[in-house]
Amino acid sequence: MDIGFSEEQGLLRDTARKFLDAACTTKFVRDRMATAEAVTPEFWAQLAEQGWLGINFAEEDGGSELGLVDLVVLMEEMGRTVMPGPYLATVLLGGAAIREAGSPAQRREYLPRIAEGRLKATLAAIEPNARWDASGIMMTAQPMRGGFSLSGTKLFVPDAHLADIVVVAARTRDAGTMEDGVTLFLVPKDAAGLSVVPMPSIDETRKLCEVRFDNVAVPQTALLGELHEGWPSLARVYDAASVALAAEMCGGAQRVLDMTVEYAKLRVTFGKPIGSYQGVKHKCADMLVEVENAKSLTYYAAWAIDERQPDAPLAVSMAKAAASDASRKVSNSGIQLHGGIGMTWEHDLHLYMKRAKASEVAFGDANWHRERVASLIGA
Amino acid sequence: MDFADAPEHAAFRREFRAWLDANLTDDLKVEDASDSRVAPDRETLEKRIAWQKKMYAAGWVGISWPKEYGGRGASFIQQVIFDEEYFRAHAPILPGANAIGLLGPTLIQLGTEAQKKRHLQRILAGDERWCQGFSEPGAGGDLASLRTRAVDMGDHFVVNGQKVWTSGAHFADWCFLLVRTAPDAPKHHGITYVLVDMKTPGITVRPLVLLNGHRHFNEVFFEDVVVPKENVVGKINEGWKVAITTLMFERGGAGGRDHAAQIARLVELAKQFPTRQEPAWNQTHVRQMLAQLAIEAQALKVTRLRGLTRRLRGEPPGPEGSILKLFGSELAQRIADASSTLLGPYATIDGATEAVPDAGRWAHRVMGARQYAIAGGTSEIQRNIIGERVLGLPKG
Repeated sequence: MDIGFSEEQGLLRDTARKFLDAACTTKFVRDRMATAEAVTPEFWAQLAEQGWLGINFAEEDGGSELGLVDLVVLMEEMGRTVMPGPYLATVLLGGAAIREAGSPAQRREYLPRIAEGRLKATLAAIEPNARWDASGIMMTAQPMRGGFSLSGTKLFVPDAHLADIVVVAARTRDAGTMEDGVTLFLVPKDAAGLSVVPMPSIDETRKLCEVRFDNVAVPQTALLGELHEGWPSLARVYDAASVALAAEMCGGAQRVLDMTVEYAKLRVTFGKPIGSYQGVKHKCADMLVEVENAKSLTYYAAWAIDERQPDAPLAVSMAKAAASDASRKVSNSGIQLHGGIGMTWEHDLHLYMKRAKASEVAFGDANWHRERVASLIGA
Repeated sequence: MDFADAPEHAAFRREFRAWLDANLTDDLKVEDASDSRVAPDRETLEKRIAWQKKMYAAGWVGISWPKEYGGRGASFIQQVIFDEEYFRAHAPILPGANAIGLLGPTLIQLGTEAQKKRHLQRILAGDERWCQGFSEPGAGGDLASLRTRAVDMGDHFVVNGQKVWTSGAHFADWCFLLVRTAPDAPKHHGITYVLVDMKTPGITVRPLVLLNGHRHFNEVFFEDVVVPKENVVGKINEGWKVAITTLMFERGGAGGRDHAAQIARLVELAKQFPTRQEPAWNQTHVRQMLAQLAIEAQALKVTRLRGLTRRLRGEPPGPEGSILKLFGSELAQRIADASSTLLGPYATIDGATEAVPDAGRWAHRVMGARQYAIAGGTSEIQRNIIGERVLGLPKG
């Protein structure tokens, strides 16, 4: 038993922090979020150079073959600086889906290009019903000569406007269970009938889109994994992405706590720093408890997935529920303790608060994951 | 990052589990050991003393003590495994627990050879029971303001004063006691740590009954009680440092109560317990409530293990340690509160009912849970400690 990070992971954290502190200042974040791209080609190339874009891909697919625990280290640091751009979409969703479900040929075709920063991807799964379980996937894929025809609407698709390829989940048959009959397809963004409409969203560092499929014809080779059997792969992608996002939320919440504690030491009211008042001090203590517990559950979940533990799905939902609640509470408390200045555009807190809100509801909010915990512990 | 037992630890776990399976009889078992830290009556006490003697004979008492003092020199990890298995088996807290966990390690570090020789073996063997004479009516959270006086009479002290919240004093043979020996010195510099034989004339133990009727706490009165100077631990007027050592062992205790087992029982009750013609477990608010508690119990467990890893690696203590007491005690309260949400009027019945055989236990938890966030430093004190010592916020 050793519930800490290795020396290599410590080094990874130091390197990531140094790089992000220099390259991902809040000025950079603010400049980039005002643009459609939300990231510069130079910045993306630097992520590729450091091996971040293929961190979990197999070495033969051009990746570093590191585990989720290593990714957790990176995500915490990215959360600390609200790193903008399509990392989630490309690496943790589109790329991860190809890694999980793709044939060796598909993996070799796409993953090295993602790892090198030459290809961006995303995952279009959620529909207007906004459900994260298999029953939410209602868009249909009809068999046609030589392939399939896709029709339907996907919402909240992260950074689809930047993606070169889109992994899409569609229903290919109505079977006994909702999980049966979900199929994944790999579709080039420029396919005829596919259109992307931006959805203006509060977290401008990570943009959301509506993706419409209007009789998009794809060949048989667009199948990602087995016909009708895409759900288990998709569920694994969601689980890993949930843990990664939980880690990112922990990193962001830790930063908000640090900013708040610094402010509470400096800001004077009634002749004393506000941090000396118990009303403020105790709230800061509660913020720390939230952050540390969310970290504990996130680390455990990452380990459980890496080690293929039978309780991994339970661990994932515990982590995501805790991180969703913690990041909301901590970013709200951070603003409360800063007072009026925390409500301004000029102060950086809102960058964290908006990212926290976007992540809180992504891949199921705390209530959704608590229900999953209930069904697992009550089984 | 590795949550699994190493092979040698897995072997240790198997060995202790097998020993408990073979030796722990049903009449000794308790559903949750933390519910009765002190035996409720003399008969139970005697049974538990016999149990401690059996464990001692097999070498399972004080395993983290050094070998030369009768322990096994067990590592932190072995202690954690020991605690997990011990709670899992529903074994009762040993009558000697506070001496094994707090006083013994303090004496090993700071006691005289004579004190070690006189007490250590008897503590492990279950021949001596101890109580902790720290808190006073006017000195709880601010312990160093204690006022029990000890006057230097050359070769001995004469002690006058009162202690309170003295758990198990009515069964104790000895007391590790904090007294004020230099009333004019700054409060941390006039305290002495002494060992007092409870049979000494002038000591009166009076039960302090809790709101749930539990009688394991006491008030202890000292009237001209003679304490020989050879019973001083550490130096005269420097007892605060010794007390801190004891308190560190208290806070550093590796084990925790088994919240997960209580939550699992509530899930079980929710499944069989009908509200409006269907099991409570079918209701969203019940599922959300119990799932949240399960999440918090798991968080606490992992947060504790993270702190343990820091100690094992020889790293400075992280924020994890300070969180355990605050979060753990408040979690125990939330579990108790959840039980009354779930059980409704059954949670007010102080005894078994047909529908809820363990109704009485839950009723006691509902009432007794308040104490967790008070004893050992209130939640308010804990939040101050976290704010000031972990986060570095200024004192008020």
